[in-house]
Amino acid sequence: MEAQFNIILIGGSAGSLQPVISILEQLPEDLRIPVVIVLHRLRNVQSEMDRLLSVKKKITEPEDKEKILPGRIYLAPQNYHLMLEADDTFMLDYSELVNFSRPSIDMTFSSAAIAYQHKVMAILLSGANHDGAAGLCEIAAQGGTAIVQDPAEADFDVMPLAAIAMCDRARVMSIEDINLYIKSNTQAD
Amino acid sequence: MNEEISMADYLEVIQVIRLRYGYDFTGYAQASLKRRLVRFMGHANVASVFDLKHQLVNDANFFNQMVQYLTVNVTEMFRDPAFYKTLKEVVLPKLAAYPNIKIWHAGCSTGEEVYSMAILLHEAGLLERTRIYATDLNPANLERAASGVVQLEYMKEYTANYIQAGGQQDFSDYYTARYDKVILQKELRKNITFFQHNLVTDQVFNEFQLICCRNVFIYFNRDLQNDVLKLFYDSLSPWGYLALGIKESLRFTEMKNAFENVHMNHKIYRRKR
Repeated sequence: MEAQFNIILIGGSAGSLQPVISILEQLPEDLRIPVVIVLHRLRNVQSEMDRLLSVKKKITEPEDKEKILPGRIYLAPQNYHLMLEADDTFMLDYSELVNFSRPSIDMTFSSAAIAYQHKVMAILLSGANHDGAAGLCEIAAQGGTAIVQDPAEADFDVMPLAAIAMCDRARVMSIEDINLYIKSNTQAD
Repeated sequence: MNEEISMADYLEVIQVIRLRYGYDFTGYAQASLKRRLVRFMGHANVASVFDLKHQLVNDANFFNQMVQYLTVNVTEMFRDPAFYKTLKEVVLPKLAAYPNIKIWHAGCSTGEEVYSMAILLHEAGLLERTRIYATDLNPANLERAASGVVQLEYMKEYTANYIQAGGQQDFSDYYTARYDKVILQKELRKNITFFQHNLVTDQVFNEFQLICCRNVFIYFNRDLQNDVLKLFYDSLSPWGYLALGIKESLRFTEMKNAFENVHMNHKIYRRKR
């Protein structure tokens, strides 16, 4: 059977660190697709976010033109937008802030919608602005799966609520359900 | 948003620009350029690709506006402060051995990194005998860069970057504030030459001990990256330095063996003989 998903994207802002760690901890051991994480981050300060998130597996910040490899977990670097190209490579972009953010979740989600179409699972977590909502809609429009953290359990509900308001195909789930969903939809038969 | 324009349309628009205006965007990375094209269509109120091509062919002014959108005009002073610190500690002492220092900032945008370099050179006592050539394909960027004017609102961040980069003076000594703008000291500007150069279509024009091309490269596809690296190689003196953005890399290019690593994390390379 053809795999349902070719890539998992996770976007988050304020209050998303714990949920991201929880998802990473629960990822299936034999996950054979890449995971790309975009978190809003400060721009010109030394950051250890990649190490902080390396809970079970090493997480890396991709360089421009790096190949997107199955089973690897990537984190959008500070001060760049991270885009995905159809030839399975990353492209970094240093254009204007989008939604006051660089990296912007919208930029990554929207490039993935074009490159991977219905093969994308995108998860939008807690946050205090509207970034990610438009990108999530584009993923849903391409037939991909758009998941939003249940605003009731999010530390900051602005981002999940914005996505739900904009994108009627978004599926609202608790972190627990998200973990179960990943498990049951990425396992090889 | 992006699906409004098909791949065929995209390629056709690029073709029109190339034939009519001589700007070649063929080798640009698609994800980003396509997005910029769609954004421009929204901004210019152009409903269809047909209209876009029609206006492009008939109106050079329209094209000039479009270039503003297709090129990325975003930059910062002392972006990635740790990179500038390394430049100052590792590269500048080597450059000091040359009687005359020549530096090329390729794709300098509005000049913020060029002025950062000038400040470092000044503090190292090297600015007097340095000539900086700062180029960009976008004439509007060059005009702004040459004016030495920066928005005041950014200076707080730039000052923090400067201090992290190991800056030795009071950063405000380098500029004069007027209302919501600052103008950088004339002294910093006098050894800089700004002019138009297109990395895709133009050639070698001098020999340099250091080329800075930070965050320009990312907009090119791999083939074009290779071509531009050859141009840099040919423009460097033996053992000349090349500085890229910190997430850019020679690893994925054919030219990687022509350079050696000077600093892995900050992407400073050196031409092998």
